[in-house]
Amino acid sequence: MSTKIEIRDLGKSFPSEQGRLAVIENVSLRVNDGEFVALVGPSGCGKSTLLNLMAGFIRPDTGSVTIDGAVRSKANSKGILISQQGSVFPWLTVRENLAFGLQGRDAAEQNRTADHYAEIVGLRGFENSYPHELSGGMLKRVELARALVVKPDILYMDEPFSALDALMSLRVRNELLRILRIERHTVILVTHDVEEAIHLADRIYVLSERPTRIRATFDVPFAHPRKLSSPRAQQLRIAVLRELGVELDEPADIPLATPTESIDPGK
Amino acid sequence: MYRLKDSGPAVLVIAVLIALWWLLVSLTRSVIFPTPLAVLTGAWELVEDGSLWRHIGASLMRVVVGFGLAVCVAVPLGLWMGWVRGAFSTLNPIVQILRPISPIAWIPIAILWFGIGDASPIYLIFISSVFPMIVQTIVGVHTIERRYLRAAENFSVSRRVLFTRVVIPAVLPQILVGMRIGMGVAWLVVVAAEMIALHSGLGYMIMDSRNAGNRYDLVIAGMIIIGLIGLMLDGSMRMLEQLRWVRWRYVH
Repeated sequence: MSTKIEIRDLGKSFPSEQGRLAVIENVSLRVNDGEFVALVGPSGCGKSTLLNLMAGFIRPDTGSVTIDGAVRSKANSKGILISQQGSVFPWLTVRENLAFGLQGRDAAEQNRTADHYAEIVGLRGFENSYPHELSGGMLKRVELARALVVKPDILYMDEPFSALDALMSLRVRNELLRILRIERHTVILVTHDVEEAIHLADRIYVLSERPTRIRATFDVPFAHPRKLSSPRAQQLRIAVLRELGVELDEPADIPLATPTESIDPGK
Repeated sequence: MYRLKDSGPAVLVIAVLIALWWLLVSLTRSVIFPTPLAVLTGAWELVEDGSLWRHIGASLMRVVVGFGLAVCVAVPLGLWMGWVRGAFSTLNPIVQILRPISPIAWIPIAILWFGIGDASPIYLIFISSVFPMIVQTIVGVHTIERRYLRAAENFSVSRRVLFTRVVIPAVLPQILVGMRIGMGVAWLVVVAAEMIALHSGLGYMIMDSRNAGNRYDLVIAGMIIIGLIGLMLDGSMRMLEQLRWVRWRYVH
């Protein structure tokens, strides 16, 4: 597999009342083409800054971000950022939102492509709806589909499910996995939810408190669909949480996690 | 929007005020201040000889032209000033100095420049409604949420698309707020302007009624008609809020 993103000695600080505040220090990592990588860290650590640096919205003070061997300069449609608060345009319909990245192409083609992706994310029948008529989960799908429409190499996702309730989050996550099986994208997911990271990612980077450094790296060697209650998933969860400074009891006494019940294909 | 049953108390208050007015005029036996009935018959007189429609038409025409010109200037200028930092820092001081000058203060200059005709009140309406609309449009551009601009940047759309698909739609609700304010000011000003120097319009009608034989019934009829038309103009601006291009802003 070829290297998609390479980050070397990345550093970023912002001015504050107490002088410059280092947000990111000496972060180096490498993401292969088609990989799904999760960056897990405590709230306010600088995960979003790291993602914005990767996506090209801010420039690093030191180090570099290289995409496909070229130094990243400005944000462009090869890597789409899906932000935490969502940025679906409220003044455009679902179809118009989805076609946003296709401006300049033939109108009929725009609509055809938009409707195709609306169908993929399960928004068929809502093409003419306005965002305020949709639920939070549907808005996330609109945002995801709007990104997929331009066939980006990389999806940068900044806590995309944190505004959703647990059930909706799970549904949209499954949806995302299903789509990623059809269309391969490299995904960088920023989250504070360890379970979400284990559910989705091939690899998990645990980030430290500010200034952000990489504390630990975990491979997630389970095939999809994953059973999050399996003993190995639970072990991984405990290990990741321990790196985040949270101690949990061993799951041996949790009845849900008996090996016979587990269909964990990674075993 | 108002429901019919919500307007019950308001109708009651108006009825009480009219009754009080009637009572006070009767009690004081005023010879010059008219009763509500006298106002109504006076207004009917104007309806019958057709002069009321002529005055209303003249006032509305001036408002439409002056306000329309102000929209045509304020919206592009406000967008430009809001979007381009240099345009803002250059022009905003001038806007802020001109803005607090009462339109009444402009009357002598309007007469000097445009003489006594339709052009003077149109200019006064323009000058008084253009500034609130410029300011609202600038505020609208400055308050576009960053996440939307970022998303547009992310999709590397052209400047034209950025403006037509993101900036203008995002600012439109604020422009509408500015237009509502501007329309209110325009209606205030047209009446004031017509009182000074013209031969038609509701403002002229009021002054003329007083000068030509103390017809205070017509003065008050004119005032009430001005109030009612102002209400309708504001209502029509509020109806624009229902348009699909701005509705997203008013839901939730």
